[in-house]
Amino acid sequence: MGWITNRSVLMIIVVLLIIPILMPYEALGTQMIIWGLLALGYNILYGYTGLLSFGHAAYFGLGAYATGIILIRTHCSLLAGISAGVLVACIGAVVIGFLCLRRRGIYFALLTLAFAQMLYFTASIWESLTGGEPGLRNIPQPPLELPGLFSINIYTPLRFYYFVFGFVVLSLLILNRILESPFGKVLQGIRENEKRARALGYNTNRIKWLSFILSGAFSGLAGALHTLYISFVGLEQLYWETSGKILLMALLGGPGTFFGPFIGAGVFLYLEDIISAFTTYWMIVLGPIFVLCVMFFPQGIWGTIREFTERFSGSPPRKG
Amino acid sequence: MFGIPLNMLLFQVFTGLVLGMIFVLLAIGLSLIFGLLTVVNFAHGALYMWGAYVGLLCMGYFGNFWLSLIVVPLVIGGIGMAVEYFFVRRLYGLNPDYPLLLTFAISLIMIEAVRILFGTTGYPFNAPTLLRGSVNFFDLFSFPLYRLFVIVVTALVILFLWLFLEKTNVGLIIRGGTRNSEMVRLLGIDISKVWLMVFGIGTGLAGLAGILAAPMRGVYPEMGIAMLVECFVVTVVGGMGSLKGAVVSGLLLGQVVSMTSLFIPEASNIVIFIAMAVVLLIKPSGLFGISGLLE
Repeated sequence: MGWITNRSVLMIIVVLLIIPILMPYEALGTQMIIWGLLALGYNILYGYTGLLSFGHAAYFGLGAYATGIILIRTHCSLLAGISAGVLVACIGAVVIGFLCLRRRGIYFALLTLAFAQMLYFTASIWESLTGGEPGLRNIPQPPLELPGLFSINIYTPLRFYYFVFGFVVLSLLILNRILESPFGKVLQGIRENEKRARALGYNTNRIKWLSFILSGAFSGLAGALHTLYISFVGLEQLYWETSGKILLMALLGGPGTFFGPFIGAGVFLYLEDIISAFTTYWMIVLGPIFVLCVMFFPQGIWGTIREFTERFSGSPPRKG
Repeated sequence: MFGIPLNMLLFQVFTGLVLGMIFVLLAIGLSLIFGLLTVVNFAHGALYMWGAYVGLLCMGYFGNFWLSLIVVPLVIGGIGMAVEYFFVRRLYGLNPDYPLLLTFAISLIMIEAVRILFGTTGYPFNAPTLLRGSVNFFDLFSFPLYRLFVIVVTALVILFLWLFLEKTNVGLIIRGGTRNSEMVRLLGIDISKVWLMVFGIGTGLAGLAGILAAPMRGVYPEMGIAMLVECFVVTVVGGMGSLKGAVVSGLLLGQVVSMTSLFIPEASNIVIFIAMAVVLLIKPSGLFGISGLLE
């Protein structure tokens, strides 16, 4: 199975390229890759560094709100809006990450949750900035342009899918580079045994912080793209159920695998789409699936498939 | 003080005390379960909410608040024990994140089940006739009788729990298990029975908190969500696994919330998190925390 690791990025790109054809409607495909990107960012922290965050709605929401607010207030260009979203999410991750990383293990998870809830309540109170409970509306959707060269309207379902696809490919290439680098190996070393990593001379606190910020940045990017996609930011994007959704996607797909988050986001949203056609109470179906996942398949869909294939091919286990 | 009359201030102190008592009931359960089993019970908020709904059913069935007050903790504790026996137990010794994820998934199912059975809108929950009306304190301020009742009941429960943990043999085993469960097992004690019991007690307390809070806060499917997060904050501030910490920090944060809603009402939802950030910066292990416990 070595070829999957070597060509894993290429394979995801090919799969994502044809997703709009496979889906019942393009918008579902767009949802999938935006949430896939979010789960990918989350996976840096949970899957690779072994830090369970229960508050990733914070960076998704910060990115979403920052992009929305700056587009409304300044009518700046598309890329400036997205950059603002990523930047603000980064700043949020720097501050919250610093505070949360003062504790480890379970406490860390509870702290990330508490700080995300704090942002949620702040956004609900600060109506002049965020629009409060009804959400941030009427966000302009600027065209993709290079002044004097070209200007394209990207807001048709298929065009927007490929616009997001561009960002996802870029993120995948960057992340693959990072996770395969010595830095990425240290992250996994911290996940397996933090004390040993520290004994080897790594400043594990600094590295965990960097991983936190990196994870926040990609989540912020997903938030910014989501804002452009629906021209709206809902307060519930900051709510803890969003954090839970991200976590469940990563868990379903396979934490600590490169493919996993996309598979998780895809399967999750596809199931949600199918089940909600029958009942609005779709958690009653998905909930038991997650209970089974935690109890019997903690490596998720992709992790289980990989373990299965490796057992039969006899090659040494690899992360990929 | 800041132009706020004394009677309002006193009223708010008592309101904070009631809120603090609910915090304490939930935080003690969380803390006991965490201390002995090292499981963060994410379903605690959902069990609190179920406590209120089961209370509603009991009231309809028996028509008697006092009987419901006894039945609800037993039912919810029973559900908690079933969750421990059939699900959580299978994950001991694995990654400590798994029970957290499991109870999270269970809480989603529990919330959704209530939405299906009872609908998404809330229900009122009337306090028993005996406890309606209010008590006048020296002509200074009057306070609802039911809320005073909540303070007294919770104080009694905490007292009994403390006596149980400090003075009985089973309490000794629980305290020993929190320090070193392997050692307790070496002494020939079947600790899995103690785990089951502690899970039952902890979740039963959550059910009691649910029915006690119902007449004050109403009954609706999401009532446990914000409460759960706030109780996490209480346990983090108090120090997980510490009973004293849960009591002190629950009462303290109850006062902080109610005072903030008097002076800066907009910040009342946020202040608890700010308090937590401050405590963490000064003393990362919490006020009474044992540093290094499951870190």
